[in-house]
Amino acid sequence: MAEQTQPAGKIAVTDAGRIPTVVVDDVHVIYRIHKGATSGSSPVSALKRIVSRTNAPNIREVHAVKGVSFTAYQGEAIGLIGSNGSGKSTLLRAIAGLLPPARGAVYTLGQPSLLGVNAALLNDLSGERNVVLGCLAMGMPPEEVKRLAPEIIEFSGINERGDFASLPMRTYSSGMGARLRFAISSAKKHDVLLIDEALATGDRKFRARSEQRVRELRDSAGTVFLVSHSLGSIRDTCERTIWLEGGVLKMDGPTNEVCDAYEGK
Amino acid sequence: MANTAVADPQSGLTPAQLAQRYGLRVAGERPPLVEYARMLWAYRHFMATYSRAKVASSFSSTQLGQLWQVLTPLTNAAVYYLIFGVILSQHRNVSNFIAYLCTGVFVFMFTQAAVQNGTSAITNNLGLIRALQFPRAALPITVTLIQLQQLLMSMVVLAGIVLLTGEPLTFNWLLIIPMLLLQTIFNVGLTMVMARLGSKVTDLKQVMPFVMRTWLYASGVLYPVTLFRQHLPHWAANLLECNPPLVYIELARHALLESNQENLVTSPTRLWLLAIAWAVVMGLGGFVYFWRGEEEYGRG
Repeated sequence: MAEQTQPAGKIAVTDAGRIPTVVVDDVHVIYRIHKGATSGSSPVSALKRIVSRTNAPNIREVHAVKGVSFTAYQGEAIGLIGSNGSGKSTLLRAIAGLLPPARGAVYTLGQPSLLGVNAALLNDLSGERNVVLGCLAMGMPPEEVKRLAPEIIEFSGINERGDFASLPMRTYSSGMGARLRFAISSAKKHDVLLIDEALATGDRKFRARSEQRVRELRDSAGTVFLVSHSLGSIRDTCERTIWLEGGVLKMDGPTNEVCDAYEGK
Repeated sequence: MANTAVADPQSGLTPAQLAQRYGLRVAGERPPLVEYARMLWAYRHFMATYSRAKVASSFSSTQLGQLWQVLTPLTNAAVYYLIFGVILSQHRNVSNFIAYLCTGVFVFMFTQAAVQNGTSAITNNLGLIRALQFPRAALPITVTLIQLQQLLMSMVVLAGIVLLTGEPLTFNWLLIIPMLLLQTIFNVGLTMVMARLGSKVTDLKQVMPFVMRTWLYASGVLYPVTLFRQHLPHWAANLLECNPPLVYIELARHALLESNQENLVTSPTRLWLLAIAWAVVMGLGGFVYFWRGEEEYGRG
């Protein structure tokens, strides 16, 4: 993979002396999924399975990431691109320590924080309470939470159309929920922040604000990973991009080069 | 694949060496037990806030709202009294059967709720677990804290029932505090065990109601515990008398019911020793057991 070791532009120049925050070393991730109700889900076949001691047929193993290696440094924003099912989200979850690699290892500085669209907080609680709980769950002291909570709600913009902060989160639109979650997660300075498609959900105004926030986070010596299908937001926020295809690292380099190659494939 | 051997072209280190040099740690690694306990302590505000929020929202969709915190234990007591006090009329040698029954029901429900909600402590919070990294033991502890707040409400109801049925208010009542403390520690441990089991064995949720019903009958809640001695072989009665809910229930009856002192299953000293032993064994054992599974929670 010539793209990675090639001294391409500013990345390789500034490599020396920089502090690595995430080292991914030949990682393979295999996870099991429940296929749900299938033809083999009748009581009789379940009994047969128990008697013959075979695994449930509705569980299938997926080899989602196949030997990916790279090193991320402080202050980098790295985009992850690739077609659906190429292992981007799985790789993020492995970095966050939520999925164990079957082979290889992920080393991180501090605790990476994963921000995903699907990661709902507590749906039956109000937005305000979710802000407080989310901040406490990230390990903030209570005084800081009290100070930051209004800012977070302000940043998320959920109160722009009436007082939504006091309503349960289940009443929010998916965009509002994602915005609030992004606002909560990005309120704390993370060493490593992993963002899964969150920037794509908000409206235009919020997108601009969140891109600004990602830049700030990166400047405060954090590393940001961004998974997105919108090459626009990757080009705007990341200077380095990793292209995954079928669980294999296809290309790793400056965003413009990788995105051009990805679009021209 | 040249990129797998060298992570940093400048220094020529392997990824593992590079990680070690800059103090990087393996992602999602389980911290040592003492460190884990310290982290958990740092999350005490989270646990307190979460349990308060949960209690506040628990009856938010009902018209009577928080009134159900009082109505639920009252209704429970009424149903059991109707069946076991009036229809089956079991109270041959217990002078104040209503108070006897209610004490048993409320104390047992505390442990029952710990088991039932513990089983889903992890599975109900997957959103939180997958989004944020925190010591997962905070979740079963929160579950217990929620139950504790509901128990305190039931205890107020119970105090009313006990006084209304003609029991005197004595200094013995103070013993209910250490007894509840011990039961809470026991419940925290039990919740952690159930949380880890429930996160792996999803079928457990279907089985637990039956287990809990059996446990209810084995705990002397609905009939005088002295019945065990009369109807069971000696060894089985001995075994049943060590049953933790039974121990805690008997201690509560010992503390609150002046009329029931001669009906205790065994001496109060022995009950206290058993209660302490159960709290220590379950509390510590459950915590260690839960900690050992820390890396697995929330994984697909």
